[in-house]
Amino acid sequence: MNDVAVETRHLTRRFGPIVAVRDLNLTIAKGEVFGLLGPNGSGKTTTIRMLCGLLAPSEGTAIVAGVDVVKSPDLIKERIGYMSQRFGLYEDLTVAENMDFFAGIYGLEGPGRRGRIAEVVAFLGLNRRLHQLAGTLSGGWKQRLGLACALMHRPPVLFLDEPTAGVDPAARRGFWTTITALSGQGTTVIVTTHYMDEASRCVRLGLMSQGHLIALGTPSEVATQVGGRDLEDAFVILQERDEQEQEA
Amino acid sequence: MRRFGPMFRKEFIQMRRDRLTLGIMVGIPVLQLLLFGFAIQTDVRHIPTVVLDESRTPSSRDAIAAFENTGNFRILAHVDGRDALDAWIARGDAQAAIAIPHDFPRDLARGSTATIQVVVDASDPLSSQAALAAAAGVAQVRNLAILSAAAGRSDLPLETRVRPRYNPGLRSPNYIVPGLVGVILTLTMILVTAMAIVRERERGTLEQLIVTPITKTELMLGKIAPYVGVGLVQMTTVLLLGRFVFDVPLTGNVLLLYAIALVFIVASLAFGLFVSTLVRTQQQAMQASFFFVLPNILLSGFMFPRQAMPTLFQWIGAFLPLTHFLKVLRGILLKGVGVTELWKELVILLLFATVLIALSVRRFQKTLD
Repeated sequence: MNDVAVETRHLTRRFGPIVAVRDLNLTIAKGEVFGLLGPNGSGKTTTIRMLCGLLAPSEGTAIVAGVDVVKSPDLIKERIGYMSQRFGLYEDLTVAENMDFFAGIYGLEGPGRRGRIAEVVAFLGLNRRLHQLAGTLSGGWKQRLGLACALMHRPPVLFLDEPTAGVDPAARRGFWTTITALSGQGTTVIVTTHYMDEASRCVRLGLMSQGHLIALGTPSEVATQVGGRDLEDAFVILQERDEQEQEA
Repeated sequence: MRRFGPMFRKEFIQMRRDRLTLGIMVGIPVLQLLLFGFAIQTDVRHIPTVVLDESRTPSSRDAIAAFENTGNFRILAHVDGRDALDAWIARGDAQAAIAIPHDFPRDLARGSTATIQVVVDASDPLSSQAALAAAAGVAQVRNLAILSAAAGRSDLPLETRVRPRYNPGLRSPNYIVPGLVGVILTLTMILVTAMAIVRERERGTLEQLIVTPITKTELMLGKIAPYVGVGLVQMTTVLLLGRFVFDVPLTGNVLLLYAIALVFIVASLAFGLFVSTLVRTQQQAMQASFFFVLPNILLSGFMFPRQAMPTLFQWIGAFLPLTHFLKVLRGILLKGVGVTELWKELVILLLFATVLIALSVRRFQKTLD
């Protein structure tokens, strides 16, 4: 059990009559880069939000970094980092002020805080942007700053919800180098995406459709499970099937 | 509470950087004070008046002069008949008219009751009341003079001596300025914090914030704390302008006033915070704040006396922090009273602050449901 970062059993979430996530069973190992892939509305974001304690599951359990998400929604927040599609930064604060704020909120104080901020700044190459307002940064730099804030407290598990939306290709490539580095340091990274090139860089993938987990494994395994030649093929097959079902 | 510090610092930087809002928060008190202080006079004087003098005798001219000498009537014109008199009033060019009939000097000379008719435009409450009171006063003074002359005595058998304590000059600014401190604080404090949480929700930063270990109490207190300073600056501005521009006295212990004001500011901020947990957008927050601010102005006793209100509305007024803070303001500034007289208000305000913060913390959920 010690090698498990995330484990869900029968995890389900309903919004009124709609089932956003249905009976999700998932085990993610420590240090893994795990991708959640699926079209819009397939339940990726809802899953991540449940795992972060932002949404209470309707049914089922989830253990993240050794903490029961349902029983200890507060404790879980000290052990995870989270970055959403909108980065959640304060645009009227500078890069340094944003980092200082999140470091403080995560309970870092005094020299420890300064040391950790310097470390993260060096890791993400933010040193020349420190006094720029976050609102004036380009998408790629916002993403790095978002990541910096989410990493302040050295979380063992990191959740990234479509982290590369609105980011140019060069910045995306750099970002994935960073993700790989984090994984090498033992951080578990769970990332949602609908870019195929990103999905293929994950160690394992879970393919979601209409709240179901319909395929699980390495990128090539997932492709064959759905019956496509490659991942992109699999994704298109899936989306067409969804659309047909919706029309029916 | 160790995350209160970072939260406070963040809110403070954001507040300082939002120059426009900050300017408005300091500008509002100055503007309101000057408007209320100069424009609002509850003692109505110089009511525009026309005269219909049908007798045209020394005694009728005497009577008209008596009206004019009260200072309450400003004679605009003499008219020739009833129709002209009514027309002046109907147009609104005159708010009062004095009509003296043909037989006025004859009745006066004979010793039977002579009448002067005063017509008042009662569509405007304050000036009509002032006109009525002044008109009654004129007759009374004349009656006294005539009666005492007839009775052959120069002193009066009875006299009431009214001493207006705490505001001997009955000056309007002395009523308005202390109340205005409370009204301005209520208005701005509720509005700024009503925006506080919805703004983070709309900008997408709330999601990032609630996925951190910050507690609900740390979040709430950190949000309101920087505005306590703004409130104190507003209050100081109004008090200083009131003192040096409108000559409003600062009779009592100003330190005590600041101490109680601190509690009132926190209560108002907490009220705004509570509003913030009820609404989903900044626009709703704005509308909800105005919805709550209006009863504060009307029912707190700032403009209209609470004793004159039906019991139900007195009760509603009792649930507004401003009602109690007004007593404190007038008590300390005008009457110079201390804790002995004001401890009840202090306890009530403390209660408001605690309950409203607790309610906001309870209502706020650290989830996205």
